Amino acid sequence: MAINILLAILATSLATYVSRFLGVITSKKIKENSKIFKWFNCLAYSTLSALLARLIIFPAGALAEVDYLIRFIVVFICLVLFFVSKKNFVYPTVLSALLLAFLSSSF
Amino acid sequence: MINTKYFLKGFFCVKAANSPAIALFASFIAVGALFKSIGLNVQESVFSTFLTYALPGSLIMAESLIVGASLLNIFLAVWLVNARLYPMTVSLFPLLAHKSQPRLKYYLACHFIAVSAWLIMKENYKSVERKYRLDYWIGVGTANLSVAVSATAIGFFIADHLNNDMMIGLAIVNPVYFICVMVGAMKTIQMSLAVILGSVFGISFYFISPEWCILFGGFTAGTLAFFIGELNGN
Repeated sequence: MAINILLAILATSLATYVSRFLGVITSKKIKENSKIFKWFNCLAYSTLSALLARLIIFPAGALAEVDYLIRFIVVFICLVLFFVSKKNFVYPTVLSALLLAFLSSSF
Repeated sequence: MINTKYFLKGFFCVKAANSPAIALFASFIAVGALFKSIGLNVQESVFSTFLTYALPGSLIMAESLIVGASLLNIFLAVWLVNARLYPMTVSLFPLLAHKSQPRLKYYLACHFIAVSAWLIMKENYKSVERKYRLDYWIGVGTANLSVAVSATAIGFFIADHLNNDMMIGLAIVNPVYFICVMVGAMKTIQMSLAVILGSVFGISFYFISPEWCILFGGFTAGTLAFFIGELNGN
């Protein structure tokens, strides 16, 4: 291992905390019914959505070993179940793990 | 310092039916197992989750350790992937502001900003009296962080019993949960566009720059969604 693990952990947490910290400083001046607050709300949801899309389409780590078609099918089936179950979060979440583990071991 | 009643009320949100606890638990089990496989000890694994508490950042750190990237590289890569926490903080903390709360408390409480706790708070803040929202938030955050930290430790210890297919199964849980939450949040034109355009632009910008795609894609999509929503009366 080239670098000290402890230093890597500290660098990671510092890099993460910076965004949270700057967020608190910025939000001091922002009123909750202002336009700029609404804009930031859109930005928060769209960056999260961009991250999720990236995780599914261009994954890193374990997910990258599965064919993209399989990942896509699992997400699609889980979304269908989400709507069928009247927006229950537990069923699609549990099913996704079982379905993907099953499909990746069979193909 | 912290109002216990509201703290506990927030803390026990983690038990609710739509809680992210299952997704959080599954994904940090995988993180614990991953940390063990790349040579961290249990203290380092737990310490890392406790201090960082943002999944994509931890994954980047793990990858960087494997390839032996420099500290500066780790810092920049993690900052880029976790910069989404900035708009998330700005779109949450004005809702928690109250003049009776000391400033320092906000700087400590922002450590709990991660998608899981953030979503709970976005759903529930209206039901909490403004004066105590920060205490409630600290409760929500503490509960979620505890789940993440304990799952990391458990993942570390059961790592040898997890085969590759199980690791793959665990890795999909978190994205699927949050995709469902995002789709569930599409209640106005603005929100729906933010979510749909976010994924479209996030992917498109990947072909230009894999490092910057989340930020650039998210920024473009969010701004477009905001303006289109404003023009159409939300």
